[in-house]
Amino acid sequence: MAGGSTRDRGYAVYLIPGVLASLAVIVVPLVMTVYYSFTKWTGVGDPRWVGFDNYTRLFGDTLFWQSFGNIGLLVIAMAIVPTLIGLVLAAVLFDYVAKHFGDRWAGLFRSGYYLPQVLPVAVTGIVWSWILHPSYGSLNQILDTIGLGSLGRNWLGDEKYALYSVMAVMIWFQLGYPIVMFMSGLSRIDPSLYEAADLDGATWWQRFRRITVYMIRPEFYVVLVTTTIAALKIFGQVFVLTKGGPSNSTLVPSYFAYKNFFEKAQVGYGSAISTVLTVLIVILAFLFLRLQHRSEELR
Amino acid sequence: MTVRNPVRFFVLAGLLVLLLLMVGPLLAVAVNAFKSPAEYAANGPLSIPGSLYLDGIVDFWNRVDFGQKLWNSFVSALTVAVLGVVLSILNAYALGIGRVKGRVWFLVFFLVANLLPQEVLVYPLYYISKEVGLYDSLIAIIIIFTVIQSAFGTYLLTSVYTEFPREMLEAAAIDGAGKWRTLWRVVVPISAPTLAVLFTFFFIWTWNEFFLPLIFLVGNDNQTVPVALGVLQGDKMMDATTTSASALIGIVPAILFFLIFQRTLTRGIAAGAIK
Repeated sequence: MAGGSTRDRGYAVYLIPGVLASLAVIVVPLVMTVYYSFTKWTGVGDPRWVGFDNYTRLFGDTLFWQSFGNIGLLVIAMAIVPTLIGLVLAAVLFDYVAKHFGDRWAGLFRSGYYLPQVLPVAVTGIVWSWILHPSYGSLNQILDTIGLGSLGRNWLGDEKYALYSVMAVMIWFQLGYPIVMFMSGLSRIDPSLYEAADLDGATWWQRFRRITVYMIRPEFYVVLVTTTIAALKIFGQVFVLTKGGPSNSTLVPSYFAYKNFFEKAQVGYGSAISTVLTVLIVILAFLFLRLQHRSEELR
Repeated sequence: MTVRNPVRFFVLAGLLVLLLLMVGPLLAVAVNAFKSPAEYAANGPLSIPGSLYLDGIVDFWNRVDFGQKLWNSFVSALTVAVLGVVLSILNAYALGIGRVKGRVWFLVFFLVANLLPQEVLVYPLYYISKEVGLYDSLIAIIIIFTVIQSAFGTYLLTSVYTEFPREMLEAAAIDGAGKWRTLWRVVVPISAPTLAVLFTFFFIWTWNEFFLPLIFLVGNDNQTVPVALGVLQGDKMMDATTTSASALIGIVPAILFFLIFQRTLTRGIAAGAIK
């Protein structure tokens, strides 16, 4: 880099607006939150330094563990299930539908499955809170109409079912993203690979495992890491669908932090929750990057 | 081919059922938004409306002053998209083409900034915005999202600019163009397709944002579409048809953008340019 320094001098000035803006909106607030996490503060007056008190309290708080446990289930619903179903669907659309029915059909299905992804998170929450409403919701009314009324539930209001209902909504919401990503990865594959496999008498399943899955590993990692992080950050759907209830059965860390910040005026405690969540996300992201790097070296 | 026909049938049927599951909820919203509450009570959610009942949508629109919300969302999403792209260009020019000292550390910073949950920034931002008098103002939202989106833009655009053909920069330098001129006359026009992708993503992401606008935009006149719809959930006045009506007017703009931007979006997702 030293060799290019004479030619490249004078570019640093272009970084000034970006650096100043990032300082004001990201760096300073981040440092302030970490500082608040070591204080007791209601948001009025001066924060009082309490050391690690918030963290000790946090790790003894059943709600904290419950919110992170719920996130574990939401990672299954938002990252693992959509990735696996998306992988199969992308392969079917790319390798079967496009060949036997034409590209138009494959494209039509892809757009249809992707549709929920373009809607504002809050709006998808509204749609589903209506469908799942115990008295006027369409799901229970449909069950009644077809004579399965006994299966009707208070989907979002019963703590036995609320989290599973949210998980189902999240699968619906996320499915389109892996399909689109994987299909674009598949378009990279040389068709002669599939033809060679066909000549060797490979079954569809063998081609799926040996060619499809192998070739789109880069997309596989990107999808898994982005959806996992999205699951850890989930707020909007929970806010609109359940507000973390009933009796905290759908509580997630971001909503837990929000409640402490803006409803209970426990800024220090809310900051500790946010800090733990942030550390977790950053560690996970770097683990994924390492993993991806290693798998690329092995190739 | 005839041997495969049953397989073809089942594959197609399975995909169609799944399509119905994915699109069905939105169709249900569209159908029920045009029913009167009486008709909904009588015929349930699956009947086709007997007559086109528009009062539900019109009443809801007027009650929440939806035109104003649309305008707020549009102004903030558009401003963030433009400013976010400009900021990304400037950063990426210094990092990707200028290769300034410590560029790796800047890139790590922008990567981490991308990962941060908004919860870890929200309280100080809320506090600072109150101190400087920007609380409950679209300006605060515009500034914050410009910076957040440009962290992603910088990361993506730097990798594009690192590969930028050096000959073109040298040719511009020989023609006597300074760095500023080279940026706007050579680099920006050539990278226009990537910039279009960034613009589209920034616009749609900002339009859909919920958490920070929920906290910052408390006044009725300042709320964006998702906030206005989100905070009304659980309101006494929200019956089945009003909820459908409100969902429908939230869905329509999003689908409109999807159709307008479809090409750019598909290209962008293909480039891996997505959160």
